[in-house]
Amino acid sequence: MEIVTAFLLLAGAVFAFVASVGMLRLQDTIIRMHAATKAGALGAGLIFLAVGAFYAELSITLRALAAVFFLLLTAPVAAHLIGRAAYCSRVSLWHKTWIDELANVCQWHEPQTHEPEKTDRPENDRP
Amino acid sequence: MGMESVLLARTAEVALVLLSLAILFAFIRLLIGPDAADRIVALDLISVLIVSCLGVFAIYTEERAFLDVAIAYALIAFLGTAALARFRERMPEGGADETETKTEKDGP
Repeated sequence: MEIVTAFLLLAGAVFAFVASVGMLRLQDTIIRMHAATKAGALGAGLIFLAVGAFYAELSITLRALAAVFFLLLTAPVAAHLIGRAAYCSRVSLWHKTWIDELANVCQWHEPQTHEPEKTDRPENDRP
Repeated sequence: MGMESVLLARTAEVALVLLSLAILFAFIRLLIGPDAADRIVALDLISVLIVSCLGVFAIYTEERAFLDVAIAYALIAFLGTAALARFRERMPEGGADETETKTEKDGP
């Protein structure tokens, strides 16, 4: 069991380290998020699995599994929030990025140029 | 406590060194930016790495309370990241430190 713990611990630390190297070396914000959110969550999840395998008793292992579940639940949500905020404020993309499928989608942050539409119908037009 | 515990202690030390280097690299990205979104991503990664460090501490010191600390910290870090992302979304276009170039030329 301690061999398994050591392996999970080392694998998690290596994945977290790779995530950080990608954070430092990759090209633009969106590409850096790819390294930070996926490899980082994988590394932390592996380390929590190592904690669960190390203690190997019900309360601690369940708590470690709950932590893994929570991590896998919140990492995509946080990544989505950051990515939408970055992309919709037109953060600079890498010069080799040539697919920009959402270029016409993010316009809700633009300043409003027109008043909210007024309905033609009067308020009290019931027969 | 046999030889395998020594193996586990050495592994935990190696993991802590790797995580410390990882936090250092993420902190460099936090410093150089260039956009506020990069800094938010770097802060999110740093908090995930700190949670990982707490997990390693739970094994290294055999103190199981560190697991609860890690869970609570992960919760608070997620809320902080979400709040910072909403804050970035409301900032004016290009962020606080707006650069003129639309593409980043510096590859690895």
